[in-house]
Amino acid sequence: MSEKPRYERPSLQRHRSGAMNKMGSFPGLRSKGQIDGVAVGELVERYGSPVFVFSQRTLEDRIRTLRDAMRLRWPRVQLAWSYKTNYLDAICQIHHREGSWAEVVSGMEYERAMRNGVPTSQIVFNGPYKDDASLERALVGQSMVNLDHYDELAAAERIAERLGLRPKVGIRLNMSAGSTPRWSRFGFNLDSGQAWDAVRRLLGGGKLDLAGIHCHLGTFVLDLDAYREAAGKLAAFANRLRDELGVKLDWLDVGGGFASQSRLKSQYLPGEQATPPLSRYAEAVADGLRGLNTPPSEMPLLILETGRALVDDAGTLITTVVANKRLPDGRRAVVVDAGVNTLFTSFWYQHQIHPAVPLHGTPEPTVIYGPLCMNIDVVADSLLFPPVEVGTHLLVGPVGAYNIPQSMQFIFLRPPAVLISPRGEHGLIRRAEVLEDLVSLDRVPDWLRGE
Amino acid sequence: MELDLAISPSGFVFDPRTGATFSANPAARLLLEGMQEGEGLAALVARLQAHFEVGEADDLERDVLEFLRVLQDETLVPAERELEG
Ligand SMILES: Cc1ncc(COP(=O)(O)O)c(C=O)c1O
Repeated sequence: MSEKPRYERPSLQRHRSGAMNKMGSFPGLRSKGQIDGVAVGELVERYGSPVFVFSQRTLEDRIRTLRDAMRLRWPRVQLAWSYKTNYLDAICQIHHREGSWAEVVSGMEYERAMRNGVPTSQIVFNGPYKDDASLERALVGQSMVNLDHYDELAAAERIAERLGLRPKVGIRLNMSAGSTPRWSRFGFNLDSGQAWDAVRRLLGGGKLDLAGIHCHLGTFVLDLDAYREAAGKLAAFANRLRDELGVKLDWLDVGGGFASQSRLKSQYLPGEQATPPLSRYAEAVADGLRGLNTPPSEMPLLILETGRALVDDAGTLITTVVANKRLPDGRRAVVVDAGVNTLFTSFWYQHQIHPAVPLHGTPEPTVIYGPLCMNIDVVADSLLFPPVEVGTHLLVGPVGAYNIPQSMQFIFLRPPAVLISPRGEHGLIRRAEVLEDLVSLDRVPDWLRGE
Repeated sequence: MELDLAISPSGFVFDPRTGATFSANPAARLLLEGMQEGEGLAALVARLQAHFEVGEADDLERDVLEFLRVLQDETLVPAERELEG
């Protein structure tokens, strides 16, 4: 056996004041050789690279933690799984096995929920565009439809009249709350009085009953006060509905938006430090609702549509280093086999990247590029990373939220997804795409075909 | 090639012209020492081979040339300088 040390590519780091402690042992970068006890090498050998890997245990833990934290503080609580966040059948079915209903924002998502066996009366239907057929199906099916604008209100009335029904509906409200940017394009504005006008219009029409109010503040909301304030405003609105108009609500829906352990690009502190635990969010919502003036027997159902905070931390992407290069500005660049085509969320989040094997050597500012021939294909910029060899597997996380539904077949086919059970079994929950999946949709019109 | 740098065995590098300091890993330190002795590309590659266990995927020539670029970027060697064969 050779006594010589293993070669590591030459690296020279200029000292900058304050940067010294980032050298040397480099505590920020831990290797992770396994996911829930299954070796990364085994997963790649079996399913290839890149591959999404989901932890059933983490997902179930998160669902139970949120549900229990909210139930501790509010008598009637129902989670409704936000399909858009990740609508793989297996992921949705884990939620439904845990007792969650479905929250959907399109006819396609509605059908996915029905395929997963969710009764239509346990589907919350949101979104700024519900086509007529989907709206009709939802009203007939007694889903919780939250109306977004006056045109939709009128459409719901036409359907009710035509079918001789008197459906219960909810309305979506938007408002300023805490320091979060306002998502004022959805629903009726509470602060300006528009929401109150909409209620009077709805009741005045005499064709629909108002049964719920809904708001969704935004996504990755780190500010707990935003929930305290929003829930307080919902409670005050509900009180006014009861006092002035005699409306008793069946449901109060506070939407989603809780943050995961991820880290926004603009964010200084890492997720473990910046993201409040789920129990703090539950506390803020319950605090805000405290002013609700309802006899215990008429307590509305509190619905949470939490998406990201439940599934994000359960998902990891395994990707593989395919090349090393040096940029003209001296930074090291690493090319990996999954880019923004697979990890759409790289545009907004600084993902954590862990090598599957311990890396030795001096960390250097490194850019991680995906495989696309596009300048925007950056998975991570300005990361301090030790030298890494071609073929090394990297674990990118958390990536369980929004990447699967938003990934695209741009230049490359979409990768498979795997689930690891609490007992350590693993299996495909989405197979890798093949060319036929794509080209089977294409058509060549007659006039382009040869004689 | 002339390199007026103070290099410690632990890889601490000092540039007396600018006062800048650097950390060099073992391969970089070895190359800097070789360059101070005026070695060309082939000798520098041989120097790495003599000191390290080199894998099949490693491309030492490329690494030495890239390292020269790093030195040029850090203005430790003039931009127009080339290594002799
Ligand atoms: C109406 C509605 N509910 C719930 C969610 C889920 O949000 P999050 O994943 O931030 O919890 C969204 C996401 O945009 C939404 O639009």
